[in-house]
Amino acid sequence: MIPGSFNYHRPKSVQEAVGLLAKLGDDGRLLAGGHSLIPTMKLRLATPANLIDLGGIADLKGIRADGNDIVVGAMTTQHDLIASDLLASKIPILRETSAQIADPQVRYVGTLGGNVANGDPANDMPALMMCLNATFHASGKSGERKIAARGFYQGLYATALQSGEVLTAIRIPVPAAGHGYAYEKLKRKIGDFATAAAAVVLTMKGGKVNSCAIALTNVADKPLLAEEATKILIGSALDAATVKRAVAAAEAITSPAEDPRGPAQYRTKMAGVMLTRALARAKSLAKG
Amino acid sequence: MAKSQVAMKINGKTVEALVEPRTLLIYFLRDQLGITGPHIGCDTSHCGACTVDLDGKSVKSCTVFAVQADGADIITIEGIANPDGTLHALQEGFRQMHGLQCGFCTPGMITRAYRLLQENKNPTEEEIRYGISGNLCRCTGYQNIVKAIQYAAAKLNGVTFQEAAE
Repeated sequence: MIPGSFNYHRPKSVQEAVGLLAKLGDDGRLLAGGHSLIPTMKLRLATPANLIDLGGIADLKGIRADGNDIVVGAMTTQHDLIASDLLASKIPILRETSAQIADPQVRYVGTLGGNVANGDPANDMPALMMCLNATFHASGKSGERKIAARGFYQGLYATALQSGEVLTAIRIPVPAAGHGYAYEKLKRKIGDFATAAAAVVLTMKGGKVNSCAIALTNVADKPLLAEEATKILIGSALDAATVKRAVAAAEAITSPAEDPRGPAQYRTKMAGVMLTRALARAKSLAKG
Repeated sequence: MAKSQVAMKINGKTVEALVEPRTLLIYFLRDQLGITGPHIGCDTSHCGACTVDLDGKSVKSCTVFAVQADGADIITIEGIANPDGTLHALQEGFRQMHGLQCGFCTPGMITRAYRLLQENKNPTEEEIRYGISGNLCRCTGYQNIVKAIQYAAAKLNGVTFQEAAE
């Protein structure tokens, strides 16, 4: 399959990329790792006249600690996330989630920035970024702005990112030491998107849930933050009856589409199963 | 659309060429350069038959534009054998352990396994299976491919490969 013709641009800086976007307008499309965009172009479902490849911008790569946050450059690959000792010790759920995305070859090139900015509800990182309460940094011609992950997703491929903006970095607050976590993903085979998946980060104190965040992947037209479920769990010892109520509350906010992964009702139930498993595992990992 | 000038090192040789930006790396290798070891299986980034090594990463060359590889160092199955022409331990392993039947997936499998063994000199069976999970084989059931990679790892580590008891 051969994509339509386009002009190729490889800016060396974010400023240059923003300038190109401003000049090219709707004819310009950003290329990150390309493993969503290039297949779409091969099917001619996308026919951008200009591709702006962010692969040559060194500033967009890397993982660094900044106070109590970790800042990840948008062009940092899933492979880099998995290999990072800093992330393994501070935000291990990021490595766990990356390792469940696609396959090794795709993870060598697929980027965190591309995964979160594309607005595909089947991607794994958007729900995780909501769970971790991450902030996205975007650069446009009027300067830089920060957008909370929890307010970023609006619907299918619709995000708060405006045309002309480049997502440059992801800032993630480091969860408290001793936190429990899990990303549980049901998929038909390696490389498949989730039938349903659940991300959980929680802390325990005196055997009770002290803080908790839950987000769900691919069971609506956007990732979901399960706030009601979280409220039910806080203060509980994660006993079976409370977990059951919280899972029911999480299932209630889903509205999955029927697709080859199963009917809507099945995918809602699987979201509940994933959440139940994620809560159990997070509890077993939490100290306190 | 204007063609772009690219230069890259492929199997140790520098190659310069003009490419259309929309030319995918696999078509550049096969059609423009005649390097036909990497295969086109699914052409949808699933099967891994087109896997090449690009700057120390295994990539599916059906999902990378040749212009993106400008300046890169690429290894294909044609560049895997030892400099004296003898088989690489992986190639030998695939032969000894019957790691192929029709052979279509083999160039991608070996190129992927080459990078896996660079990153992990002594992988467990589980790590091998996870490491080659982006490469599909429709003949072998993977059993002998895993053995072939274990054989190669042992040989590269200077020990004799012992098959696990069934």
